[in-house]
Amino acid sequence: MSEAPEKTSEAPKGRVVLEVTDPVLLDFAREVGSEGPVAVEGRRTRWDLGGSLDEGVRLVNAPAGIVDYRPEEMTVQVRAGTLVSELDAVLAAAGQRAALTSRGGTVGGVVAVGRDHRDVLGRGTLRDSVLQVRYVSAEGRMVTGGGPVVKNVSGFNLPKLMVGSLGTLGCLAELVLRTNPMPAVSRWLRADGVSPFDVYDRLFDPSSVLWNGSSVWVHLEGHEADVESEERRLQAIAAFVAVGHGPDLPSERWTMAPSDLRNLDSEATGSFVASVGVGRVWAKNPQPFPVTDPVTTMLADRLKANFDPTGRLNPGRRP
Amino acid sequence: MSSILDRLKSAAPFMNPRVAVRFGGSRAEQPVDPVVRDLVAALSSDRVRIDGAERALLSHDASVFDGGVAGPVCFPTTTAEVQAVMEVALRHGRSIVPRGAGTGLAGGAIPLGAPIVVVVTKMNRILEVDLDNRVAWVEPGVVNLDLTKQLRPLGFHFAPDPSSQQVCTIGGNVANNSGGPHCLAYGVTDAHVVAIEVVLASGETVLLGGLGPQDHGLDLRGAFIGSEGTLGIATKVAVRLTKNPPEVRTLLLSFASVRDAANTVSAVIAAGIVPAAMEVMDQRITIAVENFVKAGYPLDAAAVLLAEVEGLADGVEIDAKQIEAIGRDHHATEVRLAQSEEERALLWKGRKTAFGAVAQIKPDYYLHDTVVPRSALADVLEQIYDIADRHDLIVMNVFHAGDGNLHPLLLFDRRIEGELDRVHAAGAEILTASLDAGGVLSGEHGIGVEKQQYMDRLFTSDDLDHQNRLRHAFDPSCRTNPGKVLPMGHSCADIQALRSVPRDVWG
Repeated sequence: MSEAPEKTSEAPKGRVVLEVTDPVLLDFAREVGSEGPVAVEGRRTRWDLGGSLDEGVRLVNAPAGIVDYRPEEMTVQVRAGTLVSELDAVLAAAGQRAALTSRGGTVGGVVAVGRDHRDVLGRGTLRDSVLQVRYVSAEGRMVTGGGPVVKNVSGFNLPKLMVGSLGTLGCLAELVLRTNPMPAVSRWLRADGVSPFDVYDRLFDPSSVLWNGSSVWVHLEGHEADVESEERRLQAIAAFVAVGHGPDLPSERWTMAPSDLRNLDSEATGSFVASVGVGRVWAKNPQPFPVTDPVTTMLADRLKANFDPTGRLNPGRRP
Repeated sequence: MSSILDRLKSAAPFMNPRVAVRFGGSRAEQPVDPVVRDLVAALSSDRVRIDGAERALLSHDASVFDGGVAGPVCFPTTTAEVQAVMEVALRHGRSIVPRGAGTGLAGGAIPLGAPIVVVVTKMNRILEVDLDNRVAWVEPGVVNLDLTKQLRPLGFHFAPDPSSQQVCTIGGNVANNSGGPHCLAYGVTDAHVVAIEVVLASGETVLLGGLGPQDHGLDLRGAFIGSEGTLGIATKVAVRLTKNPPEVRTLLLSFASVRDAANTVSAVIAAGIVPAAMEVMDQRITIAVENFVKAGYPLDAAAVLLAEVEGLADGVEIDAKQIEAIGRDHHATEVRLAQSEEERALLWKGRKTAFGAVAQIKPDYYLHDTVVPRSALADVLEQIYDIADRHDLIVMNVFHAGDGNLHPLLLFDRRIEGELDRVHAAGAEILTASLDAGGVLSGEHGIGVEKQQYMDRLFTSDDLDHQNRLRHAFDPSCRTNPGKVLPMGHSCADIQALRSVPRDVWG
């Protein structure tokens, strides 16, 4: 763990509460600077997402370290360069977890990409878990959006804008994330030849219902007695067997309305695993890029122009 | 930094009533605003109101703030009509303010600078309940509780449940990112709205968000929710349906001190339990509520904690027992489990009508809204009682303890000279105490005009500048609900929008 900066909550009266004083973050702001194209490298786990980076762009890396973890508040303040696996280990030691997917990347990288955990039904969306963002602006300034507590409607929602923005609006430096208690029991069950939609409808709050066209995997989490009663409910529908883990997920991602899974075109997707109730499909083949409506594009272009007037942040990529 | 209201009061000409406008222009010397004729052409004469009574009514919301002046008031019924109103506003360079039921407590719906007031309460249809996708498409004027009442028999509900849910609208919930007691487990409005159709200040219509996971593009839906009507007007909303829990347990724990109740809340969270709701009421409010609804609240407890756990039967049982044990560890004097659905409903009725109940004591109240870290609850509450004492005010505390979301209720009588000033002074100290404890300005009421002048205590000027950049991307000329949220110095285009009204026309 890195050295913790001075806590903002101990600010003397009259000072701006969310002003950044952490020298590590201020150094990162200086490194990003205000001139020339720049991109945050991270661990390159999603390097080809959103187009390819222009040539000759200076690469930087966000600082790492957990700044402040308060299990009793269910929040963690973590620098963007921290590996998700390191964060997960610290949270697990206190019986908690976050909504981030761990696939070798950094916390900032996962937030910049903005994709939910496979078990989004159980863990909540990544977007809803980001309480506060700190990023370096195109002008090289440290900017804070949101706040460090679990409920907050103080001003415009910069955290929502930064999640999934692929580092094109600012270089993520630090986040405050919501954490959640680790469930007492986690169990995967599988059955063949059963309707995944029936399964999903009968369960109260599964963490995942996954389907590859023939088999259904269910991830149940919670109190042991609850998991067992849900398991009995499943056994009444089909012969579910306990398995150690869920299915392997193909690398391409599709998105659709949950109801469209009923008419999934498996010729287009190739082999697939679909998340029932969510509308996420992991597939062999890539999804054709969706047509964006012109007003949405105009809003996105204006946001980019307002946040990064010279186009220096992660040039070549578009979220 | 002075508030926008103060500045407007000093910008006298268009704030002072001078000439009453009557539609039809019966007196030739009256300047009739050409915008009215265009609005009538876009809607119909019965849905464009310019009479003084209607406008006076809509110059206020549920907050204590005066100083609003409504321009013409429109009641569109379709997206196309909202678009037409926006186009009239654009053509005449006028500002607009969207409005639902007007239950906001931060002044977010107060019209500043005589804008066109766009009331969406006639757009109140539930368009579609799509169980396959677990969403309902609704118009913005649908009342929060009406939606849940329609959904309950189908096995679902809309999770955000603000105290005003009997009257507040879904459009207002989107504008304020509303919460409510049960947001502790389920999250506030932005976790329950998947898509929004919005009419922008330009008159263009856009669909933000969608039914599946968002893989491409910025989260414009997330940016819009909670923007207090400054980014456009929501005309259709796709809300997520939450499954009704098979089992619910409601516990009432009594304590001999507010500190014990607050510490119980922190200890429950620290134990890894996330109840559906954890609400605390202090003795003063409990007595007021009990007089009002006869719910069986204990009158001798210094504080009561209303805790609700929901879910599958076994887990609910386990969590309820553990909450009881934690309460007893923190010196709970009584732990009562609601024995019937009726008893449960009555306990919640007490909690949700708390604000009405205080009218027995004083005619007016000022309801504050700040958030502090849960572990700071007890200390900040102590400071709040001190602050109220020093300003010779009665304070009652009823709050979403599980979220650390405080709602100090300051009672006053606005007929007594100086009393409202003392309320504002005490409020400022409460905000400072919350910020100094590591909290934020608002948990669910928003900034509106109430807290703009405090935004620069929470955020640096760079932070506020970036919030303004977000706002400008949606509405470059700041004609949608101008003068709200950001302090004036950070939103220059607002001043322009506030001065766009012909002088002397809209008094």
